[in-house]
Amino acid sequence: MQELIKAKAIELLESGAVDRVLGWKAGEFFYDLTPAVFTSAAEVERDFVYSVFSGANFSKYLIAESRKEGKVAAFLKPCDTYSFNQLLKEHRIWRDRVHVVGIACDGMCDIDKIRAAGARGVTAVERDGETLRISTLYGERTMAKADAEAERCVHCKSRKLVAYDEKLGEDGEVIADSGRFDQVAQLEAMTPDERYAFWRGELSRCIRCNACRDVCPACSCEKCVFDNPKSGIAQKAAANSFEESLFHIIRAFHVASRCTDCGECSRVCPQKIPLHLLNRKFIKDIDELYGDYQAGADLETKPPLMAFTTDDCEPSVVYERGGKQG
Amino acid sequence: MQVTNEFKPTIVAFCCNWCSYAGADLSGTNRLSYPANVKIIRVPCSCRVNPMFILRAFQRGADGVILCGCHPGDCHYTTGNYYTRRRMTLLFSMLDYLGIEKERTRVEWVSAAEGAKFAATMNEFVETVTKLGENKRLEDLRCKN
Repeated sequence: MQELIKAKAIELLESGAVDRVLGWKAGEFFYDLTPAVFTSAAEVERDFVYSVFSGANFSKYLIAESRKEGKVAAFLKPCDTYSFNQLLKEHRIWRDRVHVVGIACDGMCDIDKIRAAGARGVTAVERDGETLRISTLYGERTMAKADAEAERCVHCKSRKLVAYDEKLGEDGEVIADSGRFDQVAQLEAMTPDERYAFWRGELSRCIRCNACRDVCPACSCEKCVFDNPKSGIAQKAAANSFEESLFHIIRAFHVASRCTDCGECSRVCPQKIPLHLLNRKFIKDIDELYGDYQAGADLETKPPLMAFTTDDCEPSVVYERGGKQG
Repeated sequence: MQVTNEFKPTIVAFCCNWCSYAGADLSGTNRLSYPANVKIIRVPCSCRVNPMFILRAFQRGADGVILCGCHPGDCHYTTGNYYTRRRMTLLFSMLDYLGIEKERTRVEWVSAAEGAKFAATMNEFVETVTKLGENKRLEDLRCKN
């Protein structure tokens, strides 16, 4: 796949079809691929990397990139195309300045899972069909790719490319039984005290680096409420649980019904907080109360929070559903 | 003088200007009583209430937050309260998901003619929140004096 993508990037740049290409290059570590803009074939040849760690979703970068002069090409995986569509719907991206190359994807890997399987001193990971060849300081080992898949890819919602100008490889279909709401349902089945304890444990680790906000394709406001220094919640507050709860509730609420569940928030969290569980709770509620809705699946339907019907359920429905009573 | 340590909750009631605020006024002119710990904040429409307002109220010491608006279909701005209805349903559900007592938040539709309903709702809500006790899960230590 890497060769295919590199060849495509070089072809696009050399033919003059695009001026820039958004892709991945090696970061500090081999598993820490960084988004980069390539402007020449030589650069692509030298730095471009596509591997099982090419997780970054480029759709948000296109907001700024499409406002620059010339045309930009971006490689989008199926989940990224949903975010791309959602941004198009919100008129955030100039479509005619973007050339989207859809790439088939069957799941990215998580270095933490490889480490958890016992690999120490990992120096390189090569994919070979359904197995991963892992080179470590202490020798070679192999691992099934399925066991190293990132959490969001295990519960992949769709392998279908929903927006592209051309595609590389064969994409799949929407996966109806992804089981992505299983964990949410488990939490809902707990008592409020257990849930509170669970979320305190998770959210109290938050260091307010704002990475989840910065990476989120749905969080695209130019001015963010959390940047107001007078708000008292613009940064980490010492010994205070309120600031953490408020930030995470409001962050998830602001993207509710527009979140495509791409899972970038959890991927970038340095504290490994399962932030996607907050977003998925909103998606699950919306699906159950207002009918199934997948943000970014098309360009026409209105997000459920920007629409209504006259016979919607009353907010008191929350007292009857949503978990055990205390 | 006798000092009582009885817990008196602070309740913030967001009332829409056109229906519920007038309803509260009517309950006053009708000499119906509702607890004095209900602090009314007038908003132009129930859909003016940002989820942040509700969390802010808890931060600054509210033990319960109630949101009152026109009955669905009667909104002065035609559709405002329909949006409120969806937003608040999701917000309350999220609060519950985080383990915050769901009984602390409520939405009631009170029209300008329903002074009695306003008083009854407030009495009942204050009673519910008194039973729940102080708001501990959404308090901000910086706002405590």
